[in-house]
Amino acid sequence: MKTHTIDELQDIAQEVRQDIVKMLLKAGAGHPVGSLGMADVLVALYYTVLRNDPKNPTWEDRDRLILSCGHICPALYAVMSHVSYFEHKNLLKLGSFKSILQGHPDKRFLPSLETTSGPLGCGLAQASGIAYVARLDQKRFRTFVITSDGEHDEGNHWEAVAFAGKNNLSSLTMIVDRNNIQIDGFTEDVMPLEPLADKYKSFHWSVIDIDGHNIKEIVDACNKARAIYENPTVIIARTIPGKGVPFMENNPNWHAKAPNSDEVREAIKNIRNMKGAIEDY
Amino acid sequence: MINQKLYLSDKIFKKDIEMKLMRDGFGLGLLEAGEKDPRIVVLSADLKESTKANYFAEKFPERFIEVGVAEQAMVTIASGMANYGKIPFCTSYAIFSPGRNWEQIRTTIAIDSYPVKIIGAQSGLNIGHYGVTHQGLEDIALASVIPNMNVVVPSDFDEARKATLLMAVDNKPYYMRLPRIESPVYTSSETPFKFGKANILTESKNPEVTIIATGLMVYEALMAYKELYKNGIETIVINMHTIKPLDEELIIRNAKLTGAVVSIEEHQVIGGLGSMVSSVLSKNFPVPMEILGVQDRFGQSGTPKELFAEYGLTKEDIIKACKKVIARKNS
Repeated sequence: MKTHTIDELQDIAQEVRQDIVKMLLKAGAGHPVGSLGMADVLVALYYTVLRNDPKNPTWEDRDRLILSCGHICPALYAVMSHVSYFEHKNLLKLGSFKSILQGHPDKRFLPSLETTSGPLGCGLAQASGIAYVARLDQKRFRTFVITSDGEHDEGNHWEAVAFAGKNNLSSLTMIVDRNNIQIDGFTEDVMPLEPLADKYKSFHWSVIDIDGHNIKEIVDACNKARAIYENPTVIIARTIPGKGVPFMENNPNWHAKAPNSDEVREAIKNIRNMKGAIEDY
Repeated sequence: MINQKLYLSDKIFKKDIEMKLMRDGFGLGLLEAGEKDPRIVVLSADLKESTKANYFAEKFPERFIEVGVAEQAMVTIASGMANYGKIPFCTSYAIFSPGRNWEQIRTTIAIDSYPVKIIGAQSGLNIGHYGVTHQGLEDIALASVIPNMNVVVPSDFDEARKATLLMAVDNKPYYMRLPRIESPVYTSSETPFKFGKANILTESKNPEVTIIATGLMVYEALMAYKELYKNGIETIVINMHTIKPLDEELIIRNAKLTGAVVSIEEHQVIGGLGSMVSSVLSKNFPVPMEILGVQDRFGQSGTPKELFAEYGLTKEDIIKACKKVIARKNS
């Protein structure tokens, strides 16, 4: 794949955001704010960090990326289409009958996904299992997992935090979408997570705190994690839920609600204005 | 008479029949499977000795993964390992796995049909002393209801060993339940064993009832067969070691042959072997049927013998049920 400047990656992330709101309008359902919030992280991963090959998705030495919080799959699907895992036109079939893009990630329909996901709290354990046996076989690839902050309420997740810490799974990097919202409201009201970094440190993880919309910071953090041999690394990516669409930003009511066509028109105008462009939609 | 084609133990009805743990059959089978295939890894949720995963752990420490008392993590970690290309065996007690981690098994193992093997030891009332909280009586239902899942309930040491070796080379998810207590080794290493093909243990010229049993209840059914035979009632005893896929053809054929069926399992009757057999028969060839098992109740402490008597899982209960269905058939 050709290399991109950060400026180009920011432009791609804006295209991904436009894809996301159009997909949700067409589907009439889905999770907009989490998807918009993680667009920059996913673009950084697929364009710069992950060593993989969209033409050979089962290449055995590829870096793995597990999306634990499967509900933000619109962002994953949009980025995967931009790097040519499948044709872009599939995006508008999100969640429709027999579509390769099921409403939550379904590997039966899209084998290039690493896992079928959606039910929360499982992804870190799956990624830990992969990282554990990869080390057993002296494989060099890295395993990445994206988790939401809300799914930190799950016991299964913390069981896996302990397991990865115990086993020093240094090829494992988790990126937490720290957007502070979940379905019933703000995370610190629903079930407080702070001090989150200290919790990970106490489980023998390395912690890196970043701005989840700064592509350079995202890439730098992933590279830094590559150089940490003692522990697994968690990158706490501070994100704005709904980033790029002001009327959705930081609003838990937009967690699982599709926009209507007027809202999408407004949203696309907002997204296009993110870098100062003034064109209308 | 006993089916000669199955090479069953010649001590089948003798007092000195060998007694062994099915868990040992599993543990030794796992060791053998591990020697043959380096892809096999074994996970334990803090129960390696009582599940007999310790034989494997001692020989292959690098392929033995201790996850602590964390059954949800165990199966989701195993999912990742299988996703990479390993063949994981997850060992715990039936009540915790698939009891506590059911959704994780469904989502991360069964949907994509990863070859993860879930081993539920200490299932059933036979664990006795430890009481209601540890008596897994729902595991067959929980595992069987999941698409793609295969469900096996061996009936003695040798079968547990054979089942372990066979599931290790089948690229699909499996659940296998194992009891705690020793039981008579009535089969032999020669006895044929194939998933989805039930074994007909007894033959008869004029059978009046078919007894379909699974797990520890198979030997109980053989005891009932012997006593009924003395009283002039001939029966066919079937060892239904595979609950899923269920040997429907054999069930229908034998229902046609005898016109009456009794099922018995050390499990809740709702969602268990009996309900699956009756579903097959009601679609294909309805006959009078009695379903023995735990009748929608919880267990309690006691000896296995006391508990089997309390919950209607004895030779006498089978005999009574057989007479009842024969009477219904003839009325």
